[in-house]
Amino acid sequence: MTYDLSLVALADPTRRAVFERLRGGPASVGEIAEGMPVSRPAVSQHLKVLKDAGLVRDEARGTRRVYEVDLAGLGALRAWLDGFWEDQLAAFKAEAERPPARGARAKRRK
Amino acid sequence: MDASVMPAYVEPVRRSIVVKVGQARAFEVFTARMDRWWLRTHSIGKSPIAEVVMEQRVGGRWYERGEDGSECEWGHVLVWEPPRRVVLAWQIDAQFKYNPEMVTEVEVRFEPRGAKETEVLLEHRLIERLGDAAAGFAKGVGGGWGGLLEVFGKEAAQG
Repeated sequence: MTYDLSLVALADPTRRAVFERLRGGPASVGEIAEGMPVSRPAVSQHLKVLKDAGLVRDEARGTRRVYEVDLAGLGALRAWLDGFWEDQLAAFKAEAERPPARGARAKRRK
Repeated sequence: MDASVMPAYVEPVRRSIVVKVGQARAFEVFTARMDRWWLRTHSIGKSPIAEVVMEQRVGGRWYERGEDGSECEWGHVLVWEPPRRVVLAWQIDAQFKYNPEMVTEVEVRFEPRGAKETEVLLEHRLIERLGDAAAGFAKGVGGGWGGLLEVFGKEAAQG
């Protein structure tokens, strides 16, 4: 059961960042490393752990090897939902705390 | 459904956030005004989202209306307790399709933290029910969800 492993794998912030990157679509090791302050070998190592945990899978595409979120795993689904709700709650907070319209603010000042 | 292939339990997703508004306001924005904040990239319809609707009652529909006028169900309201709690049935499966046979639950509680702050606690549970659909999805990833993830990632990067 890889589900428990997935929680452990995502506890590491860098590994979590690599996973978040793959939520944006499939990418090669080089592409992932480009956007991060981490070396390629380090990214490879993180990918290996994510793969062992059933969160990502890899595939040869032509001369490239690309990694992507493995949606067959419940761990990956759960991690995806976790990020999904995090983003939605942030959007909700922004709307809830948006300053009132100009008219309302003017009224309050009196 | 074959119960034997589904894990019995998956830890629910739990997320919380503190907003600097009172309980009633927080509840209203979350429910009646969901259309104002719901990230538009999270759509399962064929047409881009024109409106997100959560009907304000038990049994009320929760759905998106596309720009072409089509409606796409997400689920329905299971518990309606303004301004403290709402529970939604999330009936979108792992292939990002509405599945009337499958129900996962999203409970949202609004707890006052003084007069001007509210802690919003969200729990998405019964995720294991997504497992069956996911298992059938094992081979051919790429289509719907892959595309959605791609769009989602771009949006997140801009944010």
